[in-house]
Amino acid sequence: MDLIRQIEAEQMRTDLPQFSPGDTVRVHYKVVEGSRERTQVFEGVVIKRKGGGLRETFTVRRISYGVGVERTFPLHSPKIEKLEVVRRGVVRRAKLYYLRKLVGKAARIKEKRD
Amino acid sequence: MKKAIIGKKIGMTQLFDAEGQVIPVTVIKAGPCYVVQKKSVETDGYEAVQLGFEDIKEQRLTKPLVGHFKKANVSPKKYLREFRLDDVSAYEVGQEIKADIFAEGDWVDVTAKSKGKGFTGAIKRHGQGRGPETHGSHYHRGPGSLGAVGISRVFKGQTLPGRMGGKTVTVQKLKVVKVDADRNLLLVRGAVPGPRGALVTIKDSVKAAR
Repeated sequence: MDLIRQIEAEQMRTDLPQFSPGDTVRVHYKVVEGSRERTQVFEGVVIKRKGGGLRETFTVRRISYGVGVERTFPLHSPKIEKLEVVRRGVVRRAKLYYLRKLVGKAARIKEKRD
Repeated sequence: MKKAIIGKKIGMTQLFDAEGQVIPVTVIKAGPCYVVQKKSVETDGYEAVQLGFEDIKEQRLTKPLVGHFKKANVSPKKYLREFRLDDVSAYEVGQEIKADIFAEGDWVDVTAKSKGKGFTGAIKRHGQGRGPETHGSHYHRGPGSLGAVGISRVFKGQTLPGRMGGKTVTVQKLKVVKVDADRNLLLVRGAVPGPRGALVTIKDSVKAAR
């Protein structure tokens, strides 16, 4: 197991800011369209972080034109150009699946004050 | 077969390639192996090299085996495997073989003993369908019809429950994603038979040559 961790550490990214479920983030993700590459921005609430090491992923949820959209990104993917934390939220669990059932005012997350 | 090496399955993980795509890889600790014996047409009737892998205490071996390693001037090894290579003359007794005999982008075949599943039913073992769960059905996971009544026997090859796994399995044409010569690691794309820590043999691919 230790060897696997060493191999994974070679590709792991250290430049990303710390964030946790409940935070609102802006993900700049590179997408290839035909032959050209461009950056897509996806902003929303992080509802989970899953897995460990190089295999860790996180899921961002946003409401787009009244429809809930969730996107899962590999945390250490080189395709993530930039990750900004817009807002830190106060939540009491690691997986915010309950947000899927909530809309509008009920789906708000309190901002963390320190 | 041009080249071969013995290794140990470390486990699986994933890497990002140049395009940022995720590729699943199996990490294999391959070598260092040592040539313990060379078989020749004159003495054995065929040509092959015998490789030894992983050190072991001398006291764990039988005296004949200790003598076998002494003769080759190689420290005692846990595993011995023979490979019928095309060109045996390139190898010397006592020679060290490391993971760097393979290069990035090579195609390899990997052989290992698969995980034992014990006594399993026909559904798991042969992929058969199951019976209804309810509606008065009393036939749930059985093997189904065993054939015609008239001949009063069951044909050979009838798929029945029994021991599954624990057999030697070869996975053909896997791509070598990365070679780490310092740590003797081979990273191979995709899955390899056996549990973590299983003994695996890696050979150059039969199919890629064609």
